[in-house]
Amino acid sequence: MTTHEAVLHPPALINELKKNDITHIVWLPDSETNFMYQMLQAEPTIDLVPVCREGETMAIAAGLWVGGKKPVVLIQNTGIFESGDSIRGLGLDINQPLVMLIGYRGWTRRGATPDSAARFTEHILHAWGINYYLIETDEDADRIGLAVEEAYRTQRPVGVLIGAEFGSE
Amino acid sequence: MINNQDAVKAIDNKRDGAIIVPTMNANNVHFGLPTVTSNQEMDLPVSGAMGKASSLALGLALAQPDKKVFCLDGDGSLLMNLGTLVTLSNKAPKNLYHFLFNNNVYAVTGGQPIPGAEVSDWEGMAKGAGYASVFSFDNLEDLTTGLEEVLACEGPVFIHLRVEPEVENTPVQFRQRPSRTVQQAFKDLPQALGVK
Repeated sequence: MTTHEAVLHPPALINELKKNDITHIVWLPDSETNFMYQMLQAEPTIDLVPVCREGETMAIAAGLWVGGKKPVVLIQNTGIFESGDSIRGLGLDINQPLVMLIGYRGWTRRGATPDSAARFTEHILHAWGINYYLIETDEDADRIGLAVEEAYRTQRPVGVLIGAEFGSE
Repeated sequence: MINNQDAVKAIDNKRDGAIIVPTMNANNVHFGLPTVTSNQEMDLPVSGAMGKASSLALGLALAQPDKKVFCLDGDGSLLMNLGTLVTLSNKAPKNLYHFLFNNNVYAVTGGQPIPGAEVSDWEGMAKGAGYASVFSFDNLEDLTTGLEEVLACEGPVFIHLRVEPEVENTPVQFRQRPSRTVQQAFKDLPQALGVK
């Protein structure tokens, strides 16, 4: 979703990740997350693990988790589609408490989007039985905490759809 | 060429507490790591998520920097996730050893040749991606004597093994399944590491 005035700022999300003791972000940047990248690079408590293709994120996160760390993945909804077999064969089959921050490309509250990536996103998550939350403003950021709590309570992946582009700090 | 079981046995003999992430032929119940392992609780087999053994191994290596992590990968598996060579060398974990069991075929589906079987330069790809060291072995004697030098190197290290194509033609529904499930392995390893 393109906005003329950003209502979602990186510190809101990063502070929530830190509050929930996230150790690693495994990611591939998308068009909405440039400013978040710069802040994350400067954040000493969170290690960034960049990948070449989104399917890698699920497996790297599984390795981090089984090794005792607390990762999240941060990819665009198009990357969720690409990651399908990894979400199935690792996240779901091994009961991994994984929070997936998902850039919701094409999302609009008006209900009409030309972007098929947006039209398929929630249907795909429904098909896999993956619950999800929506973040559009700084005030929504605490839904990350809800997602983390649910993921670890249910031992399942949980999505957090990021429905707005980031503004600078 | 090296027999698969001889290769996993040689690697297991040198593991010295390492975590091993095997997939495909290296994880075969008849001649893979499950048949010879000296420390099952530190084995993390990958069967779902095709191609992702090296990615899982990277995550483990980053999480446990004081432990060596061996990935026993397949050539068809690695082809499905070739970007991993760059992802892995970008983070450059010093404790990661990426073994490639190269038999030039998709052994588990009946032995069809993998794309580029006779022309791909695996060592060149690993070197070009930025691995710290690259080795290649095509016989057991050299592998057995060379492992000490391999494991003395700081990673990430890529070790190309030319192995025999032991092809599986039994229909999937009649194949012997591992007695230890992936789900069990994901419970055992954190306990063995003392992290959960």
